[in-house]
Amino acid sequence: MRVMAQLAMVMNLDKCIGCHTCSVTCKQAWTNRGGVEYVWFNNVETRPGQGYPRQYQDQRRWKGGWTLNKRGRLTLRSGSRLKRLLNIFANPDLPTVADYYEPWTYDYDNLLSSPPSDTTPVARPKSLITGEDTAVTWGANWDDDLGGGPSQVGRDPLLARVSEQVKLEFERTFMFYLPRICEHCLNPSCAASCPSGAIYKRTEDGIVLVDQDRCRGWRQCVTGCPYKKVYFNHRTGKAEKCTFCYPRVEVGIPTVCAETCVGRLRYIGVLLYDADAVLEAASVPHDQDLYPAQLGVFLNPHDPRVVAEAERAGISQEWIEAAQASPVYRLIVDYQVALPLHPEYRTMPMVWYVPPLSPVVDVLTSTGHDGEDAGNLFGAIDALRIPVEYLAELFTAGDVGPVRAALRRLAAMRAHMRRINLGEETRPDIAESVGLTPAEIEAMYRLLAIAKYDQRYVIPSAAGADAHRLDALATGCSLDSEGGPGMTAFDAIADRFHLTDTNGAAPDDKAGRINLLNWDGRSTTGLFPAKQTNGPDHAADQPNGANQAGDHPHGADRAAEPANAAEPTR
Amino acid sequence: MTTVLWMTVPYVALTSFVLGHVWRYRHDQFGWTTRSSQLHESRLLRLGSPMFHFGLLAVIGGHVLGIAVPASWTEALGVSEFAYHLVSVSAGTLSGLVTVAGLAILLYRRVTVPAVRKATTTNDKIMYVLLTTAIATGMLNTVGSNLIGGGYDYRATVSPWFRGLFTIHPRPELMVGTPVSFQVHNLVVLALLALWPYTRLVHVFSAPLGYLVRPYVVYRGRDPRRPDVRRYARAWQTPSSTPAARR
Repeated sequence: MRVMAQLAMVMNLDKCIGCHTCSVTCKQAWTNRGGVEYVWFNNVETRPGQGYPRQYQDQRRWKGGWTLNKRGRLTLRSGSRLKRLLNIFANPDLPTVADYYEPWTYDYDNLLSSPPSDTTPVARPKSLITGEDTAVTWGANWDDDLGGGPSQVGRDPLLARVSEQVKLEFERTFMFYLPRICEHCLNPSCAASCPSGAIYKRTEDGIVLVDQDRCRGWRQCVTGCPYKKVYFNHRTGKAEKCTFCYPRVEVGIPTVCAETCVGRLRYIGVLLYDADAVLEAASVPHDQDLYPAQLGVFLNPHDPRVVAEAERAGISQEWIEAAQASPVYRLIVDYQVALPLHPEYRTMPMVWYVPPLSPVVDVLTSTGHDGEDAGNLFGAIDALRIPVEYLAELFTAGDVGPVRAALRRLAAMRAHMRRINLGEETRPDIAESVGLTPAEIEAMYRLLAIAKYDQRYVIPSAAGADAHRLDALATGCSLDSEGGPGMTAFDAIADRFHLTDTNGAAPDDKAGRINLLNWDGRSTTGLFPAKQTNGPDHAADQPNGANQAGDHPHGADRAAEPANAAEPTR
Repeated sequence: MTTVLWMTVPYVALTSFVLGHVWRYRHDQFGWTTRSSQLHESRLLRLGSPMFHFGLLAVIGGHVLGIAVPASWTEALGVSEFAYHLVSVSAGTLSGLVTVAGLAILLYRRVTVPAVRKATTTNDKIMYVLLTTAIATGMLNTVGSNLIGGGYDYRATVSPWFRGLFTIHPRPELMVGTPVSFQVHNLVVLALLALWPYTRLVHVFSAPLGYLVRPYVVYRGRDPRRPDVRRYARAWQTPSSTPAARR
């Protein structure tokens, strides 16, 4: 047994309202730069639907993930190492920008600089890649809320596996949202595809990262990832991917997507697993055995033998305690209500999902039944094979058993809690019928429904031992070069589209003002009026401690430059 | 003039080539990339790029045979001048044509696909001009001089001159009287070598052959350079090799 720790996430799909706040805040934090305009480390897709990039789940086409070769050994679906190298000059399985969508902005400057005229000036859409006029034909969530719909019907690769009449019925009846980030897999096929060895899994927390200095732009990882969550920055020529917001989790705070999630549906915690068992679990012959096999890789953090092995492996007490308090472990192992996304890709994904019960409840309610009565709900879950089968395609390689069991537990929780809320007598048989005790059901309810920040995110801080290093991180950034990840959208796009007040469109006395839409968060120059020279209050030009700590050195330099500062208007 | 052209210029170019790579490797790891444009356009690239690259690999192999291997060695092996000439011209023409066709497709793509054209920097343009000229003059030598024009034995002049640069016995006088097309080809290639480390051509030196032998999944500590990672070292190093060792 070789114990390793992994930061994992669980998302409760019942609570996702599809507001895209996670996507937007992630975009603002990580991919608001030139070269990654089309990139969403976090995206929310409507299921059924094509997803982003379109039909990424069709691995016969995109060749992502692992498969078993003739001898039953795990090998990349896109081919052997030699085959990958021979295809290095032109990757036959690489999606192009068109498969994601052509990113665009609008020529807002035309609105500002237009002379007086009889007609209203328009802001034409401009391609962010060529700068030319473009026709907007697709976006990152173009089929949002359509749930199939007449023009999308049959384009969901998962529905293609279900029979025709079931397909149509499904698309008329059900719709839910699926937020996706990088899975930070235990057996990452992106890392295995990387010819340069630039993609690595961090030993301390299992986060999968791209070393920007070692990446040589061979773009095999984009193909290797079956979730299509590694992206190619066409400006820098390097691969980029979700970082699990490592600068944040290292100091014990959740990822941006989790922090800003309106529905509070994300949970982050530590899982201990046996690194020696991963390969065997990922190589089980039948796809439907992959979910139980992955469960078997996780270690019980309450087991003294596991704790002893973890300590021997150098895992700190703080991490072990975090693993014992992990909300993710409870949802995945204790209650078994969370399921992995596409285990059949054999990457051992580590972002799991609580399947949505709401579509079932809605159907029940719409037929005039009591949607929260235990008997009705259990019956519906068993009878409604359509949503269950679709969810099984998503979470258990088509095995409806675990999906049904998870939905039944959620249904039992609803029924049990409703009796409590209505002051009725509880019925222990409801809980027992799904293999839980009433106390467990209530604990699960607290975790899923009312858990506070500290209970949803149990993230051990990595800071203690190397605070000095984190300090250095905050005051220097090697990625801050032209086109690098440290470069912001402002640098990259402003020169092309002039979305600032410094292009002559603003009144003269406000020419140095910053347009908040593109403020890059680095410099405060232009954000505030210049200081009053004879005023007694100097507090305004002293950033407070928090700002200073998070401030970028270049930003600080820039703030010190008086060149762009506007003259105060008096 | 002979000394400047065939001794000073080569040494300046080769120095720039070597030191430039060292400097860039040390100071610009982030910029060291293929800068692939396949994301913008895949169809033409899948046609042209393999032709160009594999063709060029064959061309480079041919150059190694023709320049690095002295004529006396091949004769010692019993290969007559005529046999050598036959092989070099036929293989050279074939691989040259594949390279040229691939390059033509890639250049056509670079000009006609707006996104790819937009992604082309001035640096790229200079590099393309030199690269195209180098390949064009090279084809002129192979096809023009050796296939059609009766043949020129560069192994008596150009090859020893080039080898002399590396044995620190430069013999610039050997290049006097060689055909102009050979002289131009040499100078253009030297210019290309001089600029090489400052262009995207550096990706040649990151050919990922290590991929064939390394473990599938790479594990790395948060900051392997820090000594405080040592306390993890013994426990964590083994899993890093586990997936490969057990494969």
